[in-house]
Amino acid sequence: MIGGLFIYNHKGEVLISRVYRDDIGRNAVDAFRVNVIHARQQVRSPVTNFARTSFFHVKRSNIWLAAVTKQNVNAAMVFEFLYKMCDVMTAYFSKISEENIKNNFVLIYELLDEILDFGYPQNSETGALKTFITQQGIKSQHHTKEEQSQITSQVTGQIGWRREGIKYRRNELFLDVLESVNLLMSPQGQVLSAHVSGRVVMKSYLSGMPECKFGMNDKIVIDKQGKGGTTDDSGKSELGGSGKQSIAIDDCTFHQCVRLSKFDSERSISFIPPDGEYELMRYRTTKDIILPFRVIPLVREVGRTKLEVKVVIKSNFKPSLLAQKIEVRIPTPLNTSGVQVICMKGKAKYKASENAIVWKIKRMAGMKESQISAEIELLPTNDKKKWARPPISMNFEVPFAPSGLKVRYLKVFEPKLNYSDHDVIKWVRYIGRSGIYETRC
Amino acid sequence: MTDSKYFTTTKKGEIFELKAELNSDKKEKKKEAVKKVIASMTVGKDVSALFPDVVNCMQTDNLELKKLVYLYLMNYAKSQPDMAIMAVNTFVKDCEDLNPLIRALAVRTMGCIRVDKITEYLCEPLRKCLKDEDPYVRKTAAVCVAKLHDINAQLVEDQGFLDTLKDLISDSNPMVVANAVAALSEIAESHPNSNLLDLNPQTINKLLTALNECTEWGQIFILDCLASYLPRDDRESQSICERVTPRLSHANSAVVLSAVKVLMKFMEMLPKDLDYYGTLLKKLAPPLVTLLSAEPELQYVALRNINLIVQKRPEILKHEMKVFFVKYNDPIYVKLEKLDIMIRLASQANIAQVLAELKEYATEVDVDFVRKAVRAIGRCAIKVEQSAERCVSTLLDLIQTKVNYVVQEAIVVIKDIFRKYPNKYESVIATLCENLDSLDEPEARAAMIWIVGEYAERIDNADELLESFLEGFHDESTQVQLQLLTAIVKLFLKKPTETQELVQQVLSLATQDSDNPDLRDRGYIYWRLLSTDPVAAKEVVLAEKPLISEETDLIEPTLLEELICHIGTLASVYHKPPSAFVEGSRGVQHKRLPPRAGSGESTESPDVGQSGPSEAPPAVIPSQGDLLGDLLNLDLAPPTATVPSVQPSMQMGAMDLLGGGLDSLVCSSPMGAGLGAAPAAMPASLGGAPAVGGGLGDLFDLGGGVGMPTGSYVAPKTVWLLAMKAKGLEISGTFARRGGIIQMDLSLTNKAMSVMTDFAIQFNRNSFGLAPAGPLQVLTPLSPNQTIDVSLPLSTSGPVMKMEPLNNLQVAVKNNIDVFYFSCQYPLSLLFVEDGKMDRQVFLATWKDIPNDNEAQFQIKDIHLNSDVASNKLQGSNIFTIAKRTVEGQDMLYQSVKLTNGIWVLAEMRIQTGNPNYTCTEPRIVYANLLHSQ
Repeated sequence: MIGGLFIYNHKGEVLISRVYRDDIGRNAVDAFRVNVIHARQQVRSPVTNFARTSFFHVKRSNIWLAAVTKQNVNAAMVFEFLYKMCDVMTAYFSKISEENIKNNFVLIYELLDEILDFGYPQNSETGALKTFITQQGIKSQHHTKEEQSQITSQVTGQIGWRREGIKYRRNELFLDVLESVNLLMSPQGQVLSAHVSGRVVMKSYLSGMPECKFGMNDKIVIDKQGKGGTTDDSGKSELGGSGKQSIAIDDCTFHQCVRLSKFDSERSISFIPPDGEYELMRYRTTKDIILPFRVIPLVREVGRTKLEVKVVIKSNFKPSLLAQKIEVRIPTPLNTSGVQVICMKGKAKYKASENAIVWKIKRMAGMKESQISAEIELLPTNDKKKWARPPISMNFEVPFAPSGLKVRYLKVFEPKLNYSDHDVIKWVRYIGRSGIYETRC
Repeated sequence: MTDSKYFTTTKKGEIFELKAELNSDKKEKKKEAVKKVIASMTVGKDVSALFPDVVNCMQTDNLELKKLVYLYLMNYAKSQPDMAIMAVNTFVKDCEDLNPLIRALAVRTMGCIRVDKITEYLCEPLRKCLKDEDPYVRKTAAVCVAKLHDINAQLVEDQGFLDTLKDLISDSNPMVVANAVAALSEIAESHPNSNLLDLNPQTINKLLTALNECTEWGQIFILDCLASYLPRDDRESQSICERVTPRLSHANSAVVLSAVKVLMKFMEMLPKDLDYYGTLLKKLAPPLVTLLSAEPELQYVALRNINLIVQKRPEILKHEMKVFFVKYNDPIYVKLEKLDIMIRLASQANIAQVLAELKEYATEVDVDFVRKAVRAIGRCAIKVEQSAERCVSTLLDLIQTKVNYVVQEAIVVIKDIFRKYPNKYESVIATLCENLDSLDEPEARAAMIWIVGEYAERIDNADELLESFLEGFHDESTQVQLQLLTAIVKLFLKKPTETQELVQQVLSLATQDSDNPDLRDRGYIYWRLLSTDPVAAKEVVLAEKPLISEETDLIEPTLLEELICHIGTLASVYHKPPSAFVEGSRGVQHKRLPPRAGSGESTESPDVGQSGPSEAPPAVIPSQGDLLGDLLNLDLAPPTATVPSVQPSMQMGAMDLLGGGLDSLVCSSPMGAGLGAAPAAMPASLGGAPAVGGGLGDLFDLGGGVGMPTGSYVAPKTVWLLAMKAKGLEISGTFARRGGIIQMDLSLTNKAMSVMTDFAIQFNRNSFGLAPAGPLQVLTPLSPNQTIDVSLPLSTSGPVMKMEPLNNLQVAVKNNIDVFYFSCQYPLSLLFVEDGKMDRQVFLATWKDIPNDNEAQFQIKDIHLNSDVASNKLQGSNIFTIAKRTVEGQDMLYQSVKLTNGIWVLAEMRIQTGNPNYTCTEPRIVYANLLHSQ
């Protein structure tokens, strides 16, 4: 199990050091600094081993988090824990920075004592933790006996993510379907790989212990019900995300509140939600993805000192919808001396520090196209190696789900309190963003 | 809050000030002071001097302050055990507190204080807490048992905590169950044979129930524990799998990977024709792919595991090639792993896509990645025959880029392609030769030299090319030297007329001017082959090479099985068994997959323990640098492939000794018909040798004054290895035969300034197959000016090769400094065996049948012994007198000797008073020495 956990700043000074196991000594703190943070060559693996001690590290802005062990631990668990640790810290004091860590070091030690016991991760749901790790010390004395046992039963209980007795005057919930669409396209316009990774994020403000059921246009469910099968093909011809009746989900994972065995047997998603914001599910689709944009690159080398670049982007969704925050990044060679750009829409700039032409368009409706052309002057070099031509990448945001996912229902049942499904105000929103959206040139 | 100020106090007298503050009456001030102490502790300052003052703050109702004090205690209790006792009372009291959070805090902290005296006090509170009404306290106490076990295992057993812990597996609270499982699993690891985790269908059922209800971490503990269970039959195995599969949809990647581990393991037991088996295979792919959208560090862990899974069950991910395509922004560690998996998944169906990708990668920036991509193209060519042509042309394109490392990498893989598809792509050789000058890495140089040697007949200026390499022969790495030697010999065999000079040059460079034993050995083998039998040499050196296998870098099957049992853990990340990086008893147990289910009814297949007997595991090419491979490696190519081509040469050697070679060695010429007739006529091979140290003469010497008839003669030690030649190590020694065992007595003297350790010894092949019967026992390091005497028992079962002189022995001694070589000569009497007394009748018959040619006569002068004394002395060295007669006042002794290799020597010794004369059928050497002795 985890033998120790250290947090360093970018200089390698240790900010937090908590040792859980006897086999980890103080020298481990230095070993990591010397061999990883101060290493002359960039360390090429997130898991390293020095002197029979293994170090797992993740970096958040300038801060290094390192877990140390001498045993054959579950490596996936250690990384999951480190991420969780970051989440917990963010939940307590927002940004993870040197300043914040120093300011909250007592709190961090308290948290580390609670969520890691002898190197075994314990309940680390912030909802539960915030009920008794408060940094107001004396508070524990004010708890009544019932309150205390409520805390412990929540921390250890089956529904560790929600406490009893929550009350809202207005029962409300917000559902966000957030998708990031990833694409790798060849210069000839052939899709090399494309997938959507989506998340359903929920903000729930519901009283009591509500039982929820979530439904979407999952092909397996629709086909089972015998309704969606016929329209499968007709859906594809329509554009803009509203089309398809059902979608094939490659795989999905759920927040720990979802009853997995029920999903496995009936494919229904039922759960008692945590209070506030959390991620209900993640999913991945690869079939029939709506690619919101196409990038058509044309790069021509004119002699040894000049490049001509022309890039066309085409939007590929309903004309009534608007894409936002569009950004096209066209890489330029390292020996670029000057760039001239002409674009019909938006603003384009050559950013020497980033070795790229960045073309920004605020808004663009569906079924439109736009073009940029640039002339790049190069300094002559005697470098034999050819320019690697990194791919042209794109960023955007569209108001639909490129996977075609639709929320069909979200039912809320709270048998003990007197509100019904109809009384709950529900909001659903779809946002499609670019993930890694690249076209080779 | 501005707690960061605590990190900045560096002024002098700080400790003193803190002390005052800690003893302040004001609560706030106290708390501030403790915070400062903890901050100093964090940055590594020693604040242990404040121990009593901090402990004094422990009695507080402020929970935050209490926790800080506890933190301090955990850090410093070990260094101040006596003072730590002061804290015990508070702990015991806290364990009785009304607030469960405080009870738990106390028991959690107490377990972390590793002071024997405190652990004694811990037992009672712990016992109570294990049965506490509050689950939060129980789950904390469960872990505390593991802590206590780590400090004092005996105590835990004596107090019966293990049984209480086992009971907790049936607890109503899932988190208590999970922590109890974690604690038990850890304790069980340090007791490999105790049946502590007594897993049976009932407990398994409880665990599976808890699995649905506990936290994500608890699920991991339970799944990891489940993986160590061995279901009784395929039915049980299936039912567990069914209850574990829902975990594949968990958001926590570690839960998913641990579930995959359980499924991969239990799947072994399912019959392959079962429908469920296919369903399960299909269910495994999507979650594995989903892991690739996790954070990069987790992707890395996942990819390392997928690499194992793909080797074990390629069918799971065979359609998922695309997800392993490298993204431009992937961290390098993810890129390299993805590339590895891409090659494993490459097949005829997807090769076009894969190649297009690899070509793309070959133009990236990162050197390691580009190299690996180029190498991958070569591996694709070898793996998918249909793609070979395209791969070769892609590689040629890459060579045209003239990027140094790309060219070198391409040449290395092209060599392998030549091996796989002989006589197909040789047209590209010309292009390769153009790049000869730009190669600066040994592997690439060696590959290029191999190509030139192998196709010497098609390259007009092969001799010039090779000669150009020869100029800097001694600056090359061993790999290149060996390759160059072989290549030039090949060239010579193909074009003998023009290259005689070249081959002589390289042979002398390899044998005379080199210190490398591998190189010298290979040089000598070639030299001897070429000089004795050029036809045989051709057969050996230019032998048809077996085709190289398709899959490379596969993990060896038993290791793979073990690693599959460790999916998700560090072992699976390192691709090493836990014993390779974990100290002590933990993790030493080797985990194995359950026996494979028989395809039909019988689950008890005879191949228990083997994985899928039907699918023969593909041959594994060990990594280069493998010692055995290196020794046998005639070619640069993977060793397995070349072993067969070496065998003929070894047989040659053996034949040489037993057959024809010997004929020529026997001092007398043709063997005639008498050869096989009598034992004495066995070609003793002892002739022809010039004077050899230590013979019969020495044997006589033995008894000189002492008159000890038994026990063989032992020569005094002589210096074999001079200190100045061996970096300070001097070796002197001698040989002895004691109680039928041949021994080499060595004196090792360290005349250097530094300590010598790690001694080892090895013999070259020799005439009688002498070899060390055990390792050289130098147990303690040899300090400067120290001498150590060791006796090394020898056997005669080693490899045989005729030496010049016959009793020459070449020895290599290794220590921590270097390897040293010397040769010494052993007395032949060493080889005289105890049962060398021939029956009189046989002797008589044999004597008559000895051909005259095999007879030799010698005189030994100046020995003044009578026949009886002589006979006695000789018997001590296993020279047996069969008969004695007196003719004309001369004593005639008839004697027999048998050598370790079964050769008999018969002798007649005539002793004239004052001038003993000795006649014998064979060994001249013996006589020669007899003559010289006193």
